[in-house]
Amino acid sequence: MTILSNTQASEKIPLWRDERILRIVAQIVSAVVVLAFLFWGVTNFLRITQQRGMPLTYNFLREPAGFPISEGFLTYDPTMSFGRAFLVGLINTLVVSGSGIVLASILGLIIGLARLSSNWLLSRIALAYIEFHRNIPLLVLMFLWYFGVFAKLPSVKESIAMPGPSYLSQRGLYITFPRLTETGSIFLIFSGIGVILAFAAFYILRHIRENTGRETHFGLTSLGLFLLLTIAGWFLSGGEPFWIDKPSMQGFNFQGGFRLSPEFTALLVSLTMYTAAFIAEVVRSGIQAVHRGQVEAARALGLRSPQVMSLIVLPQALRVIIPPLISQYLNLTKNSSLALTIGFQELFAISKITINQAGRAVPVFLMVMLTYLAISLLTSLVLNVYNRKVQFVER
Amino acid sequence: MNASNSPPTLAPPVAPGPLEWLRKNLFSNWFNAVLTLASLVFLYFTLVTILRWALFSADWQPVTYSPLLFLVGQYPRAQLWRPGLSLLIGTFLIGMSWGLWERYIKPFAIFFAILLTILAIFPLKTPTITLSIRAVFLASPVLIILGYRIGRLPAVKGKYVITMWLLAAIFITLVLLPGLGNIPALPKIATTSWGGLLITLLLAVGGITLSFPIGVLLALGRRSSLTVVKLFSIFFIETIRGVPLVTVLFMFSIILALFLPAGSRIDRIVRALLAMVFFSSAYTAENVRGGLQAVPPGQAEAAKALGLSNFQITTFIVLPQALRLVIPTIVGQFISLFKDTTLVVIVGINDLLGISNAVLNLKPQFVHLQMEVYLFVAVIFWIFSYFMSYTSRELEKSLGIGKR
Repeated sequence: MTILSNTQASEKIPLWRDERILRIVAQIVSAVVVLAFLFWGVTNFLRITQQRGMPLTYNFLREPAGFPISEGFLTYDPTMSFGRAFLVGLINTLVVSGSGIVLASILGLIIGLARLSSNWLLSRIALAYIEFHRNIPLLVLMFLWYFGVFAKLPSVKESIAMPGPSYLSQRGLYITFPRLTETGSIFLIFSGIGVILAFAAFYILRHIRENTGRETHFGLTSLGLFLLLTIAGWFLSGGEPFWIDKPSMQGFNFQGGFRLSPEFTALLVSLTMYTAAFIAEVVRSGIQAVHRGQVEAARALGLRSPQVMSLIVLPQALRVIIPPLISQYLNLTKNSSLALTIGFQELFAISKITINQAGRAVPVFLMVMLTYLAISLLTSLVLNVYNRKVQFVER
Repeated sequence: MNASNSPPTLAPPVAPGPLEWLRKNLFSNWFNAVLTLASLVFLYFTLVTILRWALFSADWQPVTYSPLLFLVGQYPRAQLWRPGLSLLIGTFLIGMSWGLWERYIKPFAIFFAILLTILAIFPLKTPTITLSIRAVFLASPVLIILGYRIGRLPAVKGKYVITMWLLAAIFITLVLLPGLGNIPALPKIATTSWGGLLITLLLAVGGITLSFPIGVLLALGRRSSLTVVKLFSIFFIETIRGVPLVTVLFMFSIILALFLPAGSRIDRIVRALLAMVFFSSAYTAENVRGGLQAVPPGQAEAAKALGLSNFQITTFIVLPQALRLVIPTIVGQFISLFKDTTLVVIVGINDLLGISNAVLNLKPQFVHLQMEVYLFVAVIFWIFSYFMSYTSRELEKSLGIGKR
């Protein structure tokens, strides 16, 4: 009896060595430390806002902004609200990052493939490009392009003519751009429906082909559907859905065409060239991850070099490429906030002006950070869905 | 010896002659030949344009006008011996590191020694570079060689040199450069007058040394079984990684003051440094987490079976293996932190890039020479980043990552 009670007593672990209790204590302590710190900060903050009379509300968003925005893709004038200005900035950020992502992907793919070329000279040129851009800060590159190149362009009268026709001058880049005629929307709607139907037919017929083995000609059928609807739209719109808007010199300025400001162009060029160097490395490592035997087997089957690349190597390389590519796209989007140094007004630059004008630092800041977070999360969500599709199906 | 019995031996492979090499690498088929010719034409025109510009039409005056501005900014000229002494301490330690880790540091140490020698004897017409400054530059390569000799001694161990680096960094950043109020030999110097490469290196070194341990802690926190700690870590990491560095910098330079008690002020360089540390530690945490996930769980289980405590398992078993795996990605993160220091220009700190903006406004004839000045800055950044990635590549090779 005494022995039993003795062992029971020794089995009873003291509180300060009981792991379950220690874990709970550790969690409570860390929570209290963090929350106390936050509480301290917030009380200080509330005291300051009370003293200065800056209530923590978002009512100011409806007040007139009163500052001009040099360019945007939405109509805007200074009498419009702070909320509208914020929206203009958001659209500017989305446009510049969207076009940057497309251009950087194309350039990055080309440079990545050039880096892997069996041609020694071409491969070295690609290496030089990659090494130059990866080892200098984006901000310096941006300053080089904007202050060194785009701010020094000749005046409108001596603008540089480029194929297109497009013209580069102090006032920016004027490019030839197709614009819709009055009946053009009919054509657009028809070809849009055509694309949707073609995709649907492609997937459904391919599914039938894969499951039953019956030949359904899914590629030809969907292409035919698309062409049929597009041509129908073309004729319904009277045969002229677009007109080509060419820039032309009239008086002291260009008329027509689509104008990209020097700030926008410099930002786009530097973001594209910088990110392309990183994407090229992603592409290279992805392609090198494809087993050499795959290429050799494809060659043995008689496939030509472009076929080997597009049918065998790239689909397999995509599995390795997509995840780091997602983070490069997100980096490009976040890096577009550097535009404020060269005077292109996107989300961050406009928010900074809003802080100065409205004097509401914290609400505006919360809004900016949440917007960037939302963009990042949405982008990675969409791309992760795509990523799951291209990954191996593990059985 | 019967010759007919010995197996026929193959002739050893002969190194291809230059013509053979050309045929194989540049003209293997007509497409390749076209590519080669197009590349040659492209290369010729690019090089001719760049060289013609750099040698004949570019005006390098703003770069050579005041090298001291690029190096230390407005640091009081009477107190220049302090950054000078910092440079000498740094070069000596670079020399010792070279002696100890020859494979990784050698190219940088030699390059640095040559660069400083050139700086010492370069015939600049500006009066700002005095003889004593030239003497400091000239003494640096000597100290590198001296450090190399000492570093080669068998008694010198890696941990001593790392400790010396840390002590030197603390001494330089907290005592030597800012000064102490109560010692007349070291008057206080406000950080507003610091600038140039000094600030860039300070932010980079400070950011790297502070963000690394915080990043490791955050990675451990994210994998912790304590729910509260895990949630805090995830929240911190994902929030910081979702927003641009500019917003974090602004948060520290504008918003932070609103959350502190009225009247308290933090030095603006410290604020910028804190922002860099905040930002970089979230990325380091994700890199380290990748390494932690790659360590087989059997390692921790075996350690537990041997009776090690949780703390011991983490510090002696899991972390060393995890960190070894992620050295290349972490060095990559350090390089981007180094490049990101340029963003402090936006909050008005005169780092290397900020000083070059100031130099452009020094004289009316400099205003249009942005290309020259920014290219100069780009080259400096390029050199430092290139040597960092070189070291990372060599480490990767010697650790045999991906081969074991």
